[in-house]
Amino acid sequence: MDRDPLARRVLELLTEIAPDVDPATVIPGIDFRDQFDFDSMDTLNFAIALNRELGVEVPETDYARLASLDKCVAYLEPRVK
Amino acid sequence: MPSEFRLPALGADMDEGTILEWHVAPGARVKRGDVVAVVETDKGAIDVEIFIDGVLREIVVQPGTKVPVGTVLALVDVEGAEAAAPSPPMAVQRGGDGRAKISPAARRRARELDVDVASLHGTGPDGAITIEDVERAKPSPEPSPPVPQRPPARAAEGAGEGEKMREAIAAAMSRSKREIPHYYLSHTVDVTSATEWLAAHNAAVPVTQRLLFAALLIKAVALACRELKGFSGYYRDGRYDEASAVHVGVAVALRGGGLVAPAITETADKPLVALMDDFRALVTRARAGRLRASELAAPTIILTSLGEDSVDAVFPIIQPPQVAIVGAGSVVERPWVVDGKIVPRQVLVLSLGADHRVTDGRLGAQFLARVAAQLVHPESL
Repeated sequence: MDRDPLARRVLELLTEIAPDVDPATVIPGIDFRDQFDFDSMDTLNFAIALNRELGVEVPETDYARLASLDKCVAYLEPRVK
Repeated sequence: MPSEFRLPALGADMDEGTILEWHVAPGARVKRGDVVAVVETDKGAIDVEIFIDGVLREIVVQPGTKVPVGTVLALVDVEGAEAAAPSPPMAVQRGGDGRAKISPAARRRARELDVDVASLHGTGPDGAITIEDVERAKPSPEPSPPVPQRPPARAAEGAGEGEKMREAIAAAMSRSKREIPHYYLSHTVDVTSATEWLAAHNAAVPVTQRLLFAALLIKAVALACRELKGFSGYYRDGRYDEASAVHVGVAVALRGGGLVAPAITETADKPLVALMDDFRALVTRARAGRLRASELAAPTIILTSLGEDSVDAVFPIIQPPQVAIVGAGSVVERPWVVDGKIVPRQVLVLSLGADHRVTDGRLGAQFLARVAAQLVHPESL
Protein backbone atom coordinates (compact mmCIF):
# COMPACT_ATOMS: atom_id res chain seq x y z
CA MET A 1 0.00 0.00 0.00
CA ASP A 2 1.24 3.52 -0.76
CA ARG A 3 2.43 5.70 2.07
CA ASP A 4 -0.25 8.38 2.06
CA PRO A 5 -3.31 6.12 1.86
CA LEU A 6 -1.70 3.92 4.50
CA ALA A 7 -1.14 6.89 6.81
CA ARG A 8 -4.78 7.94 6.33
CA ARG A 9 -6.00 4.41 7.06
CA VAL A 10 -3.87 4.20 10.22
CA LEU A 11 -5.23 7.54 11.37
CA GLU A 12 -8.78 6.29 10.79
CA LEU A 13 -8.13 3.20 12.88
CA LEU A 14 -6.48 5.28 15.56
CA THR A 15 -9.51 7.52 15.99
CA GLU A 16 -11.79 4.51 15.80
CA ILE A 17 -10.18 2.96 18.87
CA ALA A 18 -9.69 6.36 20.56
CA PRO A 19 -12.78 8.37 19.57
CA ASP A 20 -11.76 11.09 22.02
CA VAL A 21 -8.69 11.94 19.88
CA ASP A 22 -9.07 14.60 17.18
CA PRO A 23 -7.36 13.23 14.03
CA ALA A 24 -6.61 16.77 12.79
CA THR A 25 -4.31 17.33 15.75
CA VAL A 26 -2.15 14.21 15.38
CA ILE A 27 1.49 15.10 14.72
CA PRO A 28 3.10 12.25 12.71
CA GLY A 29 6.56 12.44 14.28
CA ILE A 30 5.54 12.55 17.95
CA ASP A 31 4.70 9.47 19.99
CA PHE A 32 1.00 8.90 20.66
CA ARG A 33 1.78 8.55 24.34
CA ASP A 34 3.24 12.04 24.51
CA GLN A 35 0.43 13.57 22.44
CA PHE A 36 -2.65 12.12 24.07
CA ASP A 37 -1.81 9.80 26.94
CA PHE A 38 -1.91 6.65 24.83
CA ASP A 39 -1.70 3.79 27.29
CA SER A 40 -1.27 0.02 27.15
CA MET A 41 -5.01 -0.50 26.64
CA ASP A 42 -4.96 1.84 23.63
CA THR A 43 -1.94 0.04 22.20
CA LEU A 44 -3.64 -3.34 22.57
CA ASN A 45 -6.84 -2.04 20.92
CA PHE A 46 -4.73 -0.54 18.15
CA ALA A 47 -2.97 -3.88 17.55
CA ILE A 48 -6.36 -5.62 17.43
CA ALA A 49 -7.66 -3.06 14.89
CA LEU A 50 -4.54 -3.38 12.70
CA ASN A 51 -4.97 -7.14 12.71
CA ARG A 52 -8.66 -6.98 11.87
CA GLU A 53 -8.53 -4.25 9.24
CA LEU A 54 -5.09 -4.63 7.64
CA GLY A 55 -4.39 -8.28 8.35
CA VAL A 56 -1.13 -7.52 10.13
CA GLU A 57 -0.39 -9.43 13.32
CA VAL A 58 1.82 -7.23 15.48
CA PRO A 59 3.60 -9.21 18.20
CA GLU A 60 3.74 -7.61 21.61
CA THR A 61 7.50 -7.25 21.30
CA ASP A 62 6.95 -4.89 18.32
CA TYR A 63 4.53 -2.53 20.09
CA ALA A 64 7.28 0.09 20.44
CA ARG A 65 7.43 0.27 16.63
CA LEU A 66 3.81 1.53 16.58
CA ALA A 67 4.52 4.45 18.91
CA SER A 68 3.84 7.29 16.43
CA LEU A 69 2.09 7.73 13.08
CA ASP A 70 5.43 7.89 11.22
CA LYS A 71 6.69 4.76 13.00
CA CYS A 72 3.42 2.95 12.24
CA VAL A 73 3.64 3.70 8.53
CA ALA A 74 7.29 2.62 8.37
CA TYR A 75 6.48 -0.62 10.20
CA LEU A 76 3.32 -1.44 8.28
CA GLU A 77 4.36 -0.46 4.75
CA PRO A 78 6.29 -3.66 3.94
CA ARG A 79 3.75 -5.81 5.82
CA VAL A 80 0.48 -4.68 4.25
CA LYS A 81 -0.37 -6.28 0.91
CA MET B 1 -49.60 -1.56 42.43
CA PRO B 2 -47.06 -0.70 39.78
CA SER B 3 -43.36 -0.93 40.61
CA GLU B 4 -41.34 2.27 40.71
CA PHE B 5 -38.27 2.58 38.52
CA ARG B 6 -35.95 5.05 40.23
CA LEU B 7 -32.77 6.83 39.22
CA PRO B 8 -30.15 4.50 40.69
CA ALA B 9 -27.22 5.62 42.81
CA LEU B 10 -24.28 6.19 40.49
CA GLY B 11 -21.49 6.21 43.05
CA ALA B 12 -20.58 8.48 45.93
CA ASP B 13 -19.86 11.53 43.85
CA MET B 14 -23.03 11.65 41.80
CA ASP B 15 -26.30 12.63 43.38
CA GLU B 16 -28.34 13.84 40.42
CA GLY B 17 -28.78 13.34 36.71
CA THR B 18 -30.62 14.78 33.72
CA ILE B 19 -32.78 12.44 31.66
CA LEU B 20 -31.59 12.76 28.06
CA GLU B 21 -33.78 10.20 26.35
CA TRP B 22 -35.99 7.19 26.83
CA HIS B 23 -35.43 4.05 24.79
CA VAL B 24 -38.88 2.70 25.67
CA ALA B 25 -42.43 4.05 25.48
CA PRO B 26 -45.45 3.30 27.67
CA GLY B 27 -46.81 -0.15 26.83
CA ALA B 28 -43.33 -1.52 26.06
CA ARG B 29 -42.27 -4.78 27.67
CA VAL B 30 -39.11 -4.44 29.77
CA LYS B 31 -36.91 -7.01 31.42
CA ARG B 32 -34.05 -7.03 33.90
CA GLY B 33 -30.88 -5.52 32.46
CA ASP B 34 -32.51 -3.64 29.55
CA VAL B 35 -31.06 -0.18 28.95
CA VAL B 36 -34.19 1.97 29.08
CA ALA B 37 -32.89 5.52 29.43
CA VAL B 38 -29.84 7.71 28.96
CA VAL B 39 -28.95 10.04 31.81
CA GLU B 40 -26.48 12.92 31.70
CA THR B 41 -24.27 13.08 34.79
CA ASP B 42 -21.05 14.77 35.88
CA LYS B 43 -19.31 11.75 34.39
CA GLY B 44 -20.91 11.96 30.97
CA ALA B 45 -23.93 10.19 29.52
CA ILE B 46 -24.79 6.98 31.36
CA ASP B 47 -26.96 4.14 30.07
CA VAL B 48 -29.43 3.27 32.82
CA GLU B 49 -30.74 -0.27 33.00
CA ILE B 50 -34.00 -1.36 34.56
CA PHE B 51 -34.12 -4.25 37.02
CA ILE B 52 -37.83 -5.02 36.85
CA ASP B 53 -39.65 -7.42 34.51
CA GLY B 54 -42.96 -6.03 33.31
CA VAL B 55 -44.71 -3.54 31.10
CA LEU B 56 -43.93 0.18 31.21
CA ARG B 57 -47.02 2.00 32.41
CA GLU B 58 -45.94 5.62 32.60
CA ILE B 59 -42.89 7.79 32.12
CA VAL B 60 -42.77 10.14 35.10
CA VAL B 61 -39.67 12.20 34.32
CA GLN B 62 -39.47 13.65 30.83
CA PRO B 63 -36.24 14.25 28.88
CA GLY B 64 -34.46 17.46 29.82
CA THR B 65 -35.37 17.19 33.51
CA LYS B 66 -32.67 17.12 36.21
CA VAL B 67 -33.58 14.94 39.19
CA PRO B 68 -31.83 13.61 42.32
CA VAL B 69 -30.80 10.00 42.78
CA GLY B 70 -33.76 7.96 44.03
CA THR B 71 -36.37 9.87 42.02
CA VAL B 72 -39.09 7.74 40.43
CA LEU B 73 -38.45 7.90 36.68
CA ALA B 74 -41.19 5.57 35.48
CA LEU B 75 -43.87 3.17 36.65
CA VAL B 76 -43.87 -0.46 35.59
CA ASP B 77 -46.70 -2.97 35.82
CA VAL B 78 -45.10 -6.09 37.19
CA GLU B 79 -46.23 -9.52 36.08
CA GLY B 80 -47.23 -11.75 38.98
CA ALA B 81 -47.78 -10.41 42.49
CA GLU B 82 -44.64 -12.03 43.91
CA ALA B 83 -42.46 -9.91 41.66
CA ALA B 84 -43.57 -6.68 43.33
CA ALA B 85 -40.28 -6.24 45.13
CA PRO B 86 -37.54 -6.38 42.52
CA SER B 87 -34.19 -7.48 43.81
CA PRO B 88 -31.49 -4.83 43.69
CA PRO B 89 -29.19 -4.90 40.68
CA MET B 90 -26.03 -4.78 42.76
CA ALA B 91 -24.98 -4.95 46.34
CA VAL B 92 -24.74 -1.16 46.30
CA GLN B 93 -28.45 -0.37 46.23
CA ARG B 94 -28.95 2.43 48.68
CA GLY B 95 -30.34 1.33 52.01
CA GLY B 96 -32.37 3.46 54.38
CA ASP B 97 -30.63 6.68 53.43
CA GLY B 98 -32.98 9.14 51.82
CA ARG B 99 -35.21 6.49 50.31
CA ALA B 100 -38.36 8.12 51.62
CA LYS B 101 -41.75 6.55 52.07
CA ILE B 102 -44.15 8.79 50.25
CA SER B 103 -47.56 8.50 48.66
CA PRO B 104 -47.94 9.06 44.91
CA ALA B 105 -50.06 12.15 45.59
CA ALA B 106 -47.44 13.68 47.89
CA ARG B 107 -44.77 12.82 45.39
CA ARG B 108 -46.70 14.56 42.63
CA ARG B 109 -47.11 17.62 44.82
CA ALA B 110 -43.35 17.55 45.58
CA ARG B 111 -42.64 17.54 41.87
CA GLU B 112 -45.00 20.47 41.29
CA LEU B 113 -43.39 22.47 44.08
CA ASP B 114 -39.84 21.43 43.20
CA VAL B 115 -39.30 19.93 46.66
CA ASP B 116 -36.50 17.40 47.13
CA VAL B 117 -38.26 14.44 48.74
CA ALA B 118 -35.00 12.96 49.99
CA SER B 119 -34.49 15.98 52.26
CA LEU B 120 -37.87 15.66 54.04
CA HIS B 121 -38.77 14.13 57.39
CA GLY B 122 -42.11 12.36 57.17
CA THR B 123 -44.74 12.93 59.88
CA GLY B 124 -47.23 10.41 58.49
CA PRO B 125 -47.75 6.76 59.47
CA ASP B 126 -44.44 4.91 59.75
CA GLY B 127 -42.56 8.13 58.97
CA ALA B 128 -44.18 8.47 55.55
CA ILE B 129 -44.01 11.87 53.86
CA THR B 130 -47.40 13.53 53.58
CA ILE B 131 -48.62 16.27 51.23
CA GLU B 132 -48.45 18.65 54.22
CA ASP B 133 -44.80 17.77 54.78
CA VAL B 134 -44.15 18.60 51.16
CA GLU B 135 -45.99 21.90 51.30
CA ARG B 136 -44.17 22.95 54.44
CA ALA B 137 -40.89 22.34 52.64
CA LYS B 138 -41.90 24.35 49.59
CA PRO B 139 -38.83 26.35 48.61
CA SER B 140 -39.03 30.03 49.48
CA PRO B 141 -38.05 32.57 46.81
CA GLU B 142 -34.65 32.70 48.54
CA PRO B 143 -32.39 29.83 47.57
CA SER B 144 -32.64 27.10 50.20
CA PRO B 145 -29.55 26.51 52.33
CA PRO B 146 -27.20 24.04 50.72
CA VAL B 147 -27.65 20.42 51.68
CA PRO B 148 -24.42 18.93 53.08
CA GLN B 149 -22.23 17.44 50.31
CA ARG B 150 -24.15 19.29 47.63
CA PRO B 151 -22.33 22.63 47.38
CA PRO B 152 -19.77 21.49 44.80
CA ALA B 153 -22.52 20.27 42.48
CA ARG B 154 -24.34 23.57 42.87
CA ALA B 155 -21.18 25.53 42.25
CA ALA B 156 -20.68 23.48 39.11
CA GLU B 157 -23.85 24.71 37.46
CA GLY B 158 -22.94 26.32 34.19
CA ALA B 159 -19.41 24.97 34.37
CA GLY B 160 -17.86 23.03 31.49
CA GLU B 161 -17.96 19.22 31.37
CA GLY B 162 -14.39 18.85 32.62
CA GLU B 163 -14.95 21.27 35.46
CA LYS B 164 -18.14 19.49 36.50
CA MET B 165 -16.30 16.20 36.71
CA ARG B 166 -13.50 17.86 38.68
CA GLU B 167 -16.07 19.24 41.13
CA ALA B 168 -17.64 15.80 41.48
CA ILE B 169 -14.28 14.17 42.17
CA ALA B 170 -13.38 16.90 44.66
CA ALA B 171 -16.70 16.43 46.49
CA ALA B 172 -16.27 12.67 46.80
CA MET B 173 -12.63 12.88 47.87
CA SER B 174 -13.34 15.65 50.39
CA ARG B 175 -16.04 13.50 51.90
CA SER B 176 -13.66 10.54 51.98
CA LYS B 177 -10.89 12.48 53.73
CA ARG B 178 -13.39 14.02 56.16
CA GLU B 179 -15.20 10.84 57.12
CA ILE B 180 -12.83 7.93 56.65
CA PRO B 181 -9.88 7.37 59.01
CA HIS B 182 -7.53 6.05 56.36
CA TYR B 183 -4.45 3.97 56.95
CA TYR B 184 -1.94 3.26 54.20
CA LEU B 185 0.38 0.33 53.55
CA SER B 186 2.75 -0.46 50.74
CA HIS B 187 4.53 -3.61 49.70
CA THR B 188 7.13 -4.11 46.97
CA VAL B 189 6.59 -7.34 45.07
CA ASP B 190 8.81 -9.26 42.65
CA VAL B 191 6.42 -9.87 39.75
CA THR B 192 8.95 -11.33 37.31
CA SER B 193 7.12 -14.65 37.17
CA ALA B 194 3.90 -12.82 36.28
CA THR B 195 5.46 -10.68 33.56
CA GLU B 196 7.22 -13.71 32.05
CA TRP B 197 4.03 -15.75 32.13
CA LEU B 198 2.16 -12.85 30.54
CA ALA B 199 4.70 -12.42 27.73
CA ALA B 200 4.57 -16.15 26.95
CA HIS B 201 0.77 -16.16 27.01
CA ASN B 202 0.52 -13.12 24.75
CA ALA B 203 3.00 -14.55 22.24
CA ALA B 204 0.99 -17.78 21.99
CA VAL B 205 -2.56 -16.48 21.54
CA PRO B 206 -4.31 -14.40 18.84
CA VAL B 207 -4.09 -10.65 19.40
CA THR B 208 -7.72 -10.50 20.58
CA GLN B 209 -6.87 -12.78 23.51
CA ARG B 210 -3.83 -10.90 24.75
CA LEU B 211 -3.90 -9.79 28.37
CA LEU B 212 -2.66 -6.65 30.07
CA PHE B 213 -0.81 -6.84 33.37
CA ALA B 214 -3.67 -4.90 34.94
CA ALA B 215 -5.99 -7.85 34.25
CA LEU B 216 -3.80 -10.00 36.52
CA LEU B 217 -3.93 -7.32 39.21
CA ILE B 218 -7.72 -7.05 39.01
CA LYS B 219 -8.13 -10.79 39.42
CA ALA B 220 -5.56 -10.96 42.23
CA VAL B 221 -7.40 -8.24 44.16
CA ALA B 222 -10.73 -10.01 43.68
CA LEU B 223 -9.35 -13.32 44.95
CA ALA B 224 -7.76 -11.65 47.97
CA CYS B 225 -11.14 -10.08 48.82
CA ARG B 226 -12.68 -13.52 48.80
CA GLU B 227 -10.05 -14.81 51.24
CA LEU B 228 -10.11 -11.95 53.75
CA LYS B 229 -13.17 -10.06 54.95
CA GLY B 230 -13.16 -6.33 55.61
CA PHE B 231 -12.06 -4.86 52.28
CA SER B 232 -14.88 -5.47 49.80
CA GLY B 233 -18.09 -3.86 51.00
CA TYR B 234 -19.71 -0.69 52.25
CA TYR B 235 -19.62 1.33 55.45
CA ARG B 236 -23.00 3.01 55.90
CA ASP B 237 -25.05 4.27 58.82
CA GLY B 238 -22.31 3.41 61.30
CA ARG B 239 -21.74 -0.18 60.26
CA TYR B 240 -19.81 -2.23 57.75
CA ASP B 241 -21.42 -4.79 55.48
CA GLU B 242 -19.28 -7.17 53.49
CA ALA B 243 -20.55 -7.34 49.89
CA SER B 244 -21.95 -10.71 48.89
CA ALA B 245 -19.97 -10.67 45.62
CA VAL B 246 -16.72 -8.94 44.72
CA HIS B 247 -17.02 -6.30 42.01
CA VAL B 248 -13.61 -4.70 41.44
CA GLY B 249 -13.86 -1.13 40.13
CA VAL B 250 -11.07 -0.05 37.82
CA ALA B 251 -9.94 3.57 37.90
CA VAL B 252 -9.86 4.77 34.29
CA ALA B 253 -8.16 8.08 33.48
CA LEU B 254 -9.94 10.07 30.79
CA ARG B 255 -7.98 11.97 28.17
CA GLY B 256 -8.24 15.65 28.92
CA GLY B 257 -8.58 14.99 32.63
CA GLY B 258 -10.96 13.27 34.96
CA LEU B 259 -11.42 9.80 36.28
CA VAL B 260 -14.14 7.18 36.48
CA ALA B 261 -14.09 3.84 38.26
CA PRO B 262 -16.62 1.44 36.74
CA ALA B 263 -16.73 -2.16 37.94
CA ILE B 264 -16.03 -5.51 36.39
CA THR B 265 -18.88 -7.40 38.01
CA GLU B 266 -18.44 -10.81 39.67
CA THR B 267 -14.71 -10.33 39.21
CA ALA B 268 -13.50 -13.28 41.24
CA ASP B 269 -15.43 -15.83 39.17
CA LYS B 270 -14.29 -14.67 35.74
CA PRO B 271 -11.52 -16.45 33.83
CA LEU B 272 -8.73 -14.05 32.83
CA VAL B 273 -9.66 -13.85 29.14
CA ALA B 274 -13.32 -13.05 29.94
CA LEU B 275 -12.19 -10.54 32.57
CA MET B 276 -9.90 -8.91 30.00
CA ASP B 277 -12.77 -8.65 27.48
CA ASP B 278 -14.90 -6.90 30.11
CA PHE B 279 -12.00 -4.66 31.11
CA ARG B 280 -11.33 -3.61 27.50
CA ALA B 281 -15.02 -2.93 26.84
CA LEU B 282 -15.27 -0.94 30.05
CA VAL B 283 -12.29 1.32 29.26
CA THR B 284 -13.54 1.89 25.71
CA ARG B 285 -17.03 2.82 26.89
CA ALA B 286 -15.65 4.98 29.71
CA ARG B 287 -13.61 7.00 27.23
CA ALA B 288 -16.48 7.20 24.74
CA GLY B 289 -18.70 8.46 27.60
CA ARG B 290 -21.11 5.54 27.48
CA LEU B 291 -20.96 3.65 30.76
CA ARG B 292 -23.89 1.83 32.31
CA ALA B 293 -25.36 2.93 35.61
CA SER B 294 -24.87 -0.51 37.18
CA GLU B 295 -21.17 -0.45 36.30
CA LEU B 296 -20.64 2.86 38.06
CA ALA B 297 -22.64 1.91 41.14
CA ALA B 298 -21.29 -1.61 41.52
CA PRO B 299 -17.69 -1.38 42.80
CA THR B 300 -17.13 -2.97 46.21
CA ILE B 301 -13.41 -2.08 46.09
CA ILE B 302 -11.33 -0.15 43.55
CA LEU B 303 -7.98 -0.85 41.91
CA THR B 304 -6.02 2.13 40.67
CA SER B 305 -3.18 0.98 38.45
CA LEU B 306 -0.81 3.63 37.11
CA GLY B 307 0.33 1.59 34.13
CA GLU B 308 3.57 1.77 32.22
CA ASP B 309 6.21 4.49 32.55
CA SER B 310 4.56 6.18 35.48
CA VAL B 311 5.74 6.53 39.07
CA ASP B 312 6.63 3.80 41.57
CA ALA B 313 3.74 4.07 43.99
CA VAL B 314 0.33 5.61 44.63
CA PHE B 315 -1.30 6.37 47.98
CA PRO B 316 -4.92 5.85 47.03
CA ILE B 317 -7.98 7.53 48.57
CA ILE B 318 -11.02 5.41 49.34
CA GLN B 319 -14.24 6.11 47.46
CA PRO B 320 -17.04 6.08 50.04
CA PRO B 321 -19.04 4.08 50.98
CA GLN B 322 -16.30 1.60 50.08
CA VAL B 323 -13.68 0.77 52.70
CA ALA B 324 -10.56 -0.05 50.72
CA ILE B 325 -8.67 0.79 47.55
CA VAL B 326 -5.63 -0.96 46.11
CA GLY B 327 -2.95 0.96 44.20
CA ALA B 328 -0.32 -0.34 41.82
CA GLY B 329 2.64 1.65 40.52
CA SER B 330 4.51 0.90 37.31
CA VAL B 331 6.24 -2.43 36.89
CA VAL B 332 9.95 -1.56 36.73
CA GLU B 333 13.25 -3.44 36.53
CA ARG B 334 15.21 -3.04 39.76
CA PRO B 335 18.15 -4.70 41.54
CA TRP B 336 16.72 -7.37 43.82
CA VAL B 337 18.28 -9.92 46.13
CA VAL B 338 17.51 -13.54 45.27
CA ASP B 339 19.35 -16.33 47.13
CA GLY B 340 22.00 -13.89 48.33
CA LYS B 341 22.74 -12.48 44.88
CA ILE B 342 21.75 -9.13 43.43
CA VAL B 343 19.82 -9.74 40.22
CA PRO B 344 17.62 -7.58 37.99
CA ARG B 345 13.94 -8.34 38.60
CA GLN B 346 10.61 -6.84 37.57
CA VAL B 347 9.11 -5.26 40.69
CA LEU B 348 5.90 -3.49 41.53
CA VAL B 349 4.85 -1.43 44.55
CA LEU B 350 1.38 -2.44 45.70
CA SER B 351 -0.37 -0.12 48.11
CA LEU B 352 -3.54 -0.15 50.14
CA GLY B 353 -5.71 2.63 51.49
CA ALA B 354 -8.13 1.14 54.01
CA ASP B 355 -10.67 2.21 56.59
CA HIS B 356 -9.71 2.05 60.28
CA ARG B 357 -13.38 1.81 61.26
CA VAL B 358 -13.34 -1.66 59.70
CA THR B 359 -9.79 -3.07 59.72
CA ASP B 360 -6.32 -2.48 61.15
CA GLY B 361 -2.91 -2.43 59.52
CA ARG B 362 -2.28 -6.00 60.59
CA LEU B 363 -5.20 -7.31 58.56
CA GLY B 364 -4.39 -4.84 55.78
CA ALA B 365 -0.87 -6.27 55.59
CA GLN B 366 -2.28 -9.78 55.28
CA PHE B 367 -4.57 -8.54 52.53
CA LEU B 368 -1.73 -7.02 50.48
CA ALA B 369 0.30 -10.19 51.03
CA ARG B 370 -2.58 -12.24 49.58
CA VAL B 371 -2.73 -10.00 46.50
CA ALA B 372 1.04 -10.37 46.08
CA ALA B 373 0.85 -14.15 46.51
CA GLN B 374 -1.70 -14.41 43.69
CA LEU B 375 0.72 -12.60 41.38
CA VAL B 376 3.51 -15.05 42.08
CA HIS B 377 1.37 -17.83 40.56
CA PRO B 378 -0.28 -16.16 37.57
CA GLU B 379 -1.10 -19.50 35.96
CA SER B 380 -3.66 -20.14 38.70
CA LEU B 381 -5.41 -16.78 38.33
